Amino acid sequence: MSERVLEVNHATMRFGGLVAVNDLTMLIDKEEIVALIGPNGAGKTTAFNMITGVYTPTEGTVQLCGKAITGKRPDRIAAAGIARTFQNIRLFKALTVLDNVVIAQHLRLTSSWPAAVLRLPRYRKENAAMYARAKELLETMGLWDVRGEIASSLPYGMQRKLEIARALATQPKLLLLDEPAAGMNPAESAELTGLIRGIRDQFHLTILLIEHHMDVVMDISDRIYVLNYGSLIAEGTPAQIQQNDDVIRAYLGGDEDEA
Amino acid sequence: MTKMKKSSVVLTCLLLLLLSGALAFIDGNASQYIVRITRLCAINIVLALSMNLVQGFTGIFSLGHAGFMAIGAYSVALLTIPVAKKETIFMLEPLIAPLDTLTLPFGVALIIGGVLAAAAAFLIGLPCLRLRGDYLAIATLGFSEIIRILITNAQCVTNGAQGLKSIPKTADIWWCYGIALVVLVFIALLVSSSYGRALKAIREDEIAAESMGISLLRHKMLSFMISAFLAGVGGGLYASYIGTIGPDVFQISRTYDILMIVVMGGMGSITGSVLAAFIVTIGQEWLRVLDGPLPFLPFWPENGVSGMRMVVFSLLLLIIILFFRNGLFGHKEITWSSVGARLSALSGHAHKEVTKP
Repeated sequence: MSERVLEVNHATMRFGGLVAVNDLTMLIDKEEIVALIGPNGAGKTTAFNMITGVYTPTEGTVQLCGKAITGKRPDRIAAAGIARTFQNIRLFKALTVLDNVVIAQHLRLTSSWPAAVLRLPRYRKENAAMYARAKELLETMGLWDVRGEIASSLPYGMQRKLEIARALATQPKLLLLDEPAAGMNPAESAELTGLIRGIRDQFHLTILLIEHHMDVVMDISDRIYVLNYGSLIAEGTPAQIQQNDDVIRAYLGGDEDEA
Repeated sequence: MTKMKKSSVVLTCLLLLLLSGALAFIDGNASQYIVRITRLCAINIVLALSMNLVQGFTGIFSLGHAGFMAIGAYSVALLTIPVAKKETIFMLEPLIAPLDTLTLPFGVALIIGGVLAAAAAFLIGLPCLRLRGDYLAIATLGFSEIIRILITNAQCVTNGAQGLKSIPKTADIWWCYGIALVVLVFIALLVSSSYGRALKAIREDEIAAESMGISLLRHKMLSFMISAFLAGVGGGLYASYIGTIGPDVFQISRTYDILMIVVMGGMGSITGSVLAAFIVTIGQEWLRVLDGPLPFLPFWPENGVSGMRMVVFSLLLLIIILFFRNGLFGHKEITWSSVGARLSALSGHAHKEVTKP
């Protein structure tokens, strides 16, 4: 039996009268790649924000590896083992590519700030390890050659990859990718698909992603959750989802909408 | 790479030696006026660096500096004025115990001033650091005013509006530059450490920083308290430098003076702050000419216009903000390699060096 990594139990998010996510339940096992799809405004990013602590669910709970993380601050949740990327890239723009990845390891630092200022031996060791790991990650993502560049000067596709590298640097158990293939052409998204599988295997990660490119979703996902108007309308393997009438209606519009 | 590092160390040591030689020369030979301005430069370096840590490196828009300076200045004054003098200063109401019979060495008083300023920063930081941008600026500005009004009214501790005089002028050129150097090295080590990188991450994008596991409140508080500590130390040096302090010394305009240095030097540039501290401090004195009569201008009032230099200075600042938005250096630092590159570019060697295999 495989290990459960993420467990979202009947999570509901209300903003005043608007129910953005309604009674969402998701179970994700270790080393699964799961996609969360749905039309625009279905509540996918809100679901991400509930999992990462940006929002506290109005009702319901979120558990990571059996531990409750509902309502914790985002930095605590990151420390617990969830890392994410953003729909509209949020890099540390004015800093170098290397710095972006090194900074993401700060949360694992055990030395105190006076020890860091005084460059005590343990801090030096930890600092060197951060840079070594950053090198490893940047090489994996094919970004080592541009390590000295300012993050905002990178081409769009590389910025997306850098965001993934930065998320990996926090040493997560679960990686949330918010539209990783947005703005990519078919060749680039095919490469990205391989990359995401690669990091799953290399780091034994569990991945939950939001994506609109259906070819990417169908290719990469073990399972798919479909949201529409904040509610889960389907769950299953890519093959099952492709056959699901509710999903087809949600995406293409059903008969009752036309009337 | 290590060779370059080594030569940088050697060059830095040479520069320090040269600077201390220059300081010794100024201390021994220059007029009292020049020595005072030279000391003020060092004090402004301390204050500018401490403000740059919050404004430039952490991206917290705090305007409470005058308040932290005041705390440091009054601490140093109250702890170093000789007991006999204290009796004559506090005429309206006697100074409360144990301050009335207590004097401490200058260095200890400085540190106590810094610690008290940091403690105040902790107390106002708890509610205020949750605010962002303009709101934080207004809250810290308010704090600075509160400190000033407390000082004006706490007659039995601060001597109210009469202020404190006879503060021993211990802060000579060596004290000022010694502390400026220590602060400079400290800030440089801090911002290049993992904690400094975390602060820069917060400056760049709070939401991303938090989702990368950086606790916003903890790191902002760290930066804010260290900055307040250094502002307190700077304020203490300033008290010893001018010898007489009162509540009006620590008006909001003190904060703006320092902000001007930080903006001119570049938010997030240590070397920029140091250089701008010299430019602004010396410039403010040098432009004093403008306050006096200007005989070559026929229409100018005979006795000159007092405050004219501040008009010119404000114009200069305006030009900097309009045309050099990032100050002289932006986020960049002056390093030996950048100086070298600039020099070789000037002498036309840059081309040859690049083409060399």
